[in-house]
Amino acid sequence: MTDFFMGLGLSYDWAWGLSTIAGILLIALPLMLGVAMIIYADRKIWAAMALRRGPNVVGPLGLLQSFADGLKVFLQETIIPTAANKGLFLIAPIITFTVALMAWAVIPFNSGAVLADVNVGLLYVLAISSLGVYGVVIAGWSSNSKYPFFSAMRASAQMISYEVSIGFILICVVLWSGSFNLNDIVKAQQSHVWIINGFVANPLLFPMWVMFLISGMAETARAPFDLTEAESELVAGYQTEYSSMAFALYWLGEYANVLLMCALNAVLFWGGYLPPLDWAPLYLIPGFVWLLLKILFFFFIFSWVKATVPRYRYDQLMRLGWKIFLPVSLLFVVLVSGYLMATGHFA
Amino acid sequence: MIQVFAFYLFATLCILSGAVTILARNPVHSVLWLILAFFNAAGLMVLVGAEFIAMLLVIVYVGAVAVLFLFVVMMLDIDFAELRAGFVKNFPLGIALAVVLFVELFVGLVVHGAGGIALGTPDGSAAPLANVSNIEAIGALLYSRYLFLFEAAGIVLLVAMIGAIVLTHRQRGGTRGQNVSKQNARRPQDATINMQPESGKGVVL
Repeated sequence: MTDFFMGLGLSYDWAWGLSTIAGILLIALPLMLGVAMIIYADRKIWAAMALRRGPNVVGPLGLLQSFADGLKVFLQETIIPTAANKGLFLIAPIITFTVALMAWAVIPFNSGAVLADVNVGLLYVLAISSLGVYGVVIAGWSSNSKYPFFSAMRASAQMISYEVSIGFILICVVLWSGSFNLNDIVKAQQSHVWIINGFVANPLLFPMWVMFLISGMAETARAPFDLTEAESELVAGYQTEYSSMAFALYWLGEYANVLLMCALNAVLFWGGYLPPLDWAPLYLIPGFVWLLLKILFFFFIFSWVKATVPRYRYDQLMRLGWKIFLPVSLLFVVLVSGYLMATGHFA
Repeated sequence: MIQVFAFYLFATLCILSGAVTILARNPVHSVLWLILAFFNAAGLMVLVGAEFIAMLLVIVYVGAVAVLFLFVVMMLDIDFAELRAGFVKNFPLGIALAVVLFVELFVGLVVHGAGGIALGTPDGSAAPLANVSNIEAIGALLYSRYLFLFEAAGIVLLVAMIGAIVLTHRQRGGTRGQNVSKQNARRPQDATINMQPESGKGVVL
């Protein structure tokens, strides 16, 4: 895109700056729209599984429900509790929202169509996703209220636990693809097993994908691991004291994070922007359509789980993370690297 | 141009947030400023082309260590009067430490100005790795030249981890933990009996 702006007669610095800003807008604006629509989709799927109708009043089929909700919270008064730590109380939702958007910089939407094509893309995603916990923890502490504080403590322990196993799962992917760059990881998945694109067809990596999907739910605090906002125990968890736009920022950030997890599932294990099969006619459909379809598929799985699986107890969550996922993912790091060494993958 | 601007931005913010870390009254604010300092240090490392170290700094320090700091500090019951009393008591010690640190920094700068120590190796060159990414270069060095030091660092961390677990682990009597495999192996007939006693007879348990 820099070339396009340089073609308009701008110097390299200006062209680079403008193309970066344009890239950010090209990702962030459709993402915001997508988040609004995905909240609607989530409610519809959830309702359908409970034999309800879901939102169906605002706009055709209720399609404008999210925008009506957005307008509603926008017009509400922002209430800040007197005992709250004001600065941090207002910064916390901004952190959550910003971090949810930042990680999208390294997601490849098509071959080479990525905002920041960095060597350490996967590490960047890990780094950014580990920042997500601060929005929750700071909100919990600065609210100066019991339930948000409990929620903050739960969140910090939960996210650290599942990051460990996610790290090991990602190491398996990196070993096989030989790169931390997400674009290269997608390319390494082309006709990985016979003509199937994607690491998921590999018997050694399929269990890793299942674990990544579950860890992703825990990392984004989605049901069945939504202990940070368990309404039966903690009112609304860290969001209890929030109202108006601050509350909306949490909602948007949460769903942007869920979409990011779906995109990571697609990019790391399901071939990202590649079609499912390495068959020429399928390449006629542009790559970002495939990626979008995969993201929507994974979001359906997330919604499905949310609608059907009861919430975990906290000790069960910790047991799953530390006693099952951590040893199994470690075992698979050994298995995968051993297999790759034995077959001369690194030679 | 943009690099120079970014350098001064990161450097200034790093020093400022480091200073505020010490000056902030509230320990939670201190930790948050410390996180900002880490972040700016990571930015500086990206600027010098060490993007791998920068990402590790964010993942390890910001993502894990600082979260645990915050976790502990959040639960502190802060008493400012007590803090100030401690300040007066520990003031001489603090000054002594500050002087030592300053002298070390000064000596380091002087040595650097005099040319520094040549990082030569007994067997010759440090094997420069051209045309490989940072990650590959670090990996190649860590797992060949510095293998034993690397393993030793791993053992030190393992010992520290086991030590921490041994020190904090307590066996408490009287608690009943959940045995998942035992629970799953349990069947309805193990726990319930269906009886149809005649009227006036009752059941012997």
